[in-house]
Amino acid sequence: MSEELHPREAEGIVNPVVRAPDDESERGQDGRRLDHAEGTSKPIKAPAQREPQPRGAKIRGDRPIDQGEAAERFLAAPLHAAAHDERLWDLRRKRDTAAHGIPEWEELRELASQIKQHTLSNLDTYLEQFEAAARANGVHVHWARDGADHNRIVLGILRDHGARTLVKSKSMLTEECGFRHFMEGEGVEIIETDLGERIQQLDNEEPSHVVVPAAHKTRFDVAEVFARTLGTDPDNDDAHYLAESQRETTRPYILNADAGLTGCNFAVAETGTVVTCTNEGNADLSGNVPKLQIHSIGIEKLIPRVEHLGVFLRILARSALGSPITQYTSHFRGPRAGTEMHYVLVDNGRAARLGMEEFWTSLKCIRCGACMNTCPVYRRSGGLSYGATYAGPIGLIIDPTFNKRKYSTLPFSSTMNGSCTNVCPVKINIHEQIFAWRKVLAEEHQIPMLKQGMMKAAGAVLSRPAAYRAAIGAADSALKVLPRFAVYNPLNTWGKKREMPDAPRQSFHAWYRENRMKGGAK
Amino acid sequence: MSARDAILAEIRKNRPAGEHPLPAVPLFTPLVGDDLVAEFGERLKRMGGRIAEPGADDVFAGVRERLDGARVVASAVPELAGNRDLTAVARPRDVDDVDVAVVRAVFGIAETGSVLFTQDQLVVNAVAYLAQHLVVLLDPADILPNVQAAYLRPEFGQAAYAVLHTGPSATADIEGVLIHGAQGVRSLTVILCPRGGAAARG
Ligand code: SF4
Repeated sequence: MSEELHPREAEGIVNPVVRAPDDESERGQDGRRLDHAEGTSKPIKAPAQREPQPRGAKIRGDRPIDQGEAAERFLAAPLHAAAHDERLWDLRRKRDTAAHGIPEWEELRELASQIKQHTLSNLDTYLEQFEAAARANGVHVHWARDGADHNRIVLGILRDHGARTLVKSKSMLTEECGFRHFMEGEGVEIIETDLGERIQQLDNEEPSHVVVPAAHKTRFDVAEVFARTLGTDPDNDDAHYLAESQRETTRPYILNADAGLTGCNFAVAETGTVVTCTNEGNADLSGNVPKLQIHSIGIEKLIPRVEHLGVFLRILARSALGSPITQYTSHFRGPRAGTEMHYVLVDNGRAARLGMEEFWTSLKCIRCGACMNTCPVYRRSGGLSYGATYAGPIGLIIDPTFNKRKYSTLPFSSTMNGSCTNVCPVKINIHEQIFAWRKVLAEEHQIPMLKQGMMKAAGAVLSRPAAYRAAIGAADSALKVLPRFAVYNPLNTWGKKREMPDAPRQSFHAWYRENRMKGGAK
Repeated sequence: MSARDAILAEIRKNRPAGEHPLPAVPLFTPLVGDDLVAEFGERLKRMGGRIAEPGADDVFAGVRERLDGARVVASAVPELAGNRDLTAVARPRDVDDVDVAVVRAVFGIAETGSVLFTQDQLVVNAVAYLAQHLVVLLDPADILPNVQAAYLRPEFGQAAYAVLHTGPSATADIEGVLIHGAQGVRSLTVILCPRGGAAARG
């Protein structure tokens, strides 16, 4: 086989303390341990010791989010911090293995980037083509300027059908729109059917990661949430038991729902098709069981032709999970006999972003989460610390387009190591956009004077790449464990003024000797 | 102005500068070797699926135990009778009690271990998710080398619903522990069985 199918297990363990002594993950037909979907190549099991789950950033209207404050609380919960860091680093490693297995990887990234840039710069034409194809296929097409519009349109569709219950699969767009909260107020019952998303719904939290929504929770947290909301045994924290409990309690909702809603990974202009990529099969249940099906589509999801799926499908799951593909890749093109199918095309700031010279290419994002998994700040602070729909590097560059004041501090939550840019499958220059946002926000006085002063120092170094690399350490070694050096160096505003509770007080060299040289890591 | 016209107008106003031509997509050399059947099986197993050869006198020998232990078997293939007629199902939810569903794949993909279905193979789309277990017949001659080749097939432009299944339903949303059967089927077994093969006993 030309492609390496199994990553070397001994490598890359960061926090041995959270490694499982035994192995609960599924095994394959030939007895090998499996690590597809978002399974860790070696399962994590937090030791049996209770530690309350740190909650996310405090939201106070439009006041700037204090990501650092929430990050501190996350780091002060060592079990959560270690398990989170470990799990996402594992995804990052699997991504590397998958990417290295494809000789044309860089070519695919370039193609994906060019196809997206082409589509975005002709988005009006492709949207019209998509709409016409969908209508010809018997799909009802709606257009929404913003989140409120989207919610109102969906409510209208539901009311027309007397629908009172809706099952949905994971969709970051509906999170953007505040869809669930809106529908609660309208007396429509919404049930999330993705396990991670359901956990978050039951705990009244937002997803903390675009691919693994409950990555910040331990099994103990899930056991507590399910005991409280689903009536499971509070002392049983077995992952199989918990997952099965969710399956059993969600199934009746799926069978009885009046309507189903999914998000959209790709919308094909040529055929009017909506494509979803999932592991659980819940998008297919949402789309195939109820009589009424709705697909919410961000307008940037367009691609011109079916053949282009042959590029994007090959990079999406590999970047996200290190798997060659997700368990399900579903192509919804027309209604089933006797049912109705609706598309809601949502702008919500995307058309405006298209006009932002430095930032429009952020619309290429296919929400794979690779930039989050590789980001040392994200891994060590948890997605909820960003206090926004999108966390991690991609969040830093798109959140301010939703609310400049509220998210003005987020572009400072970065070590500027550039790793996000290196892993991005559609070649978004993420770290450069982070820096560009800092400039914009400083010029517009959205950020405090202290940070503006630091901008000058950072700018001086960033303009000299060699000095910058030397200062930050561009190698993986600086990413795997977040060294004090990277967090507290004077160029990085993220760690400024914040002593992390459990960070060891040692020199970089001492840290390196202790962490990098042991355990066979090279 | 309608939302539609307002959105399109803003997009036109904000069109990014520069030329962004649509690149031609070259046909990449498949990652897999010449033995597509072996490559398919290896990758399917890695994604949690199972692979079985048809028995000499029973196509379903590899899943016979599962079929015999099932109360409700819904078959959409001529090779097996089953005891639930999918063409007579009134509402998708009515297949919730199916233990094993048996369907034929349009094609398989060696690069990923995936199989394709459209509404024509599934008869009731929901059965591929509501059933506890899925058994798939795949003609070894229908295995394509890679994803790119799959997307050159006409089904994606024709079917109302087309879906690639790669192994069973899976989740690892709790601490990364991999679990099969999140919401959909708990297992997926592919039997390498040529089209138009002899009907099985039972
Ligand atoms: S910015 Fe790139 S790496 Fe990050 S989620 Fe989007 S596509 Fe993935």
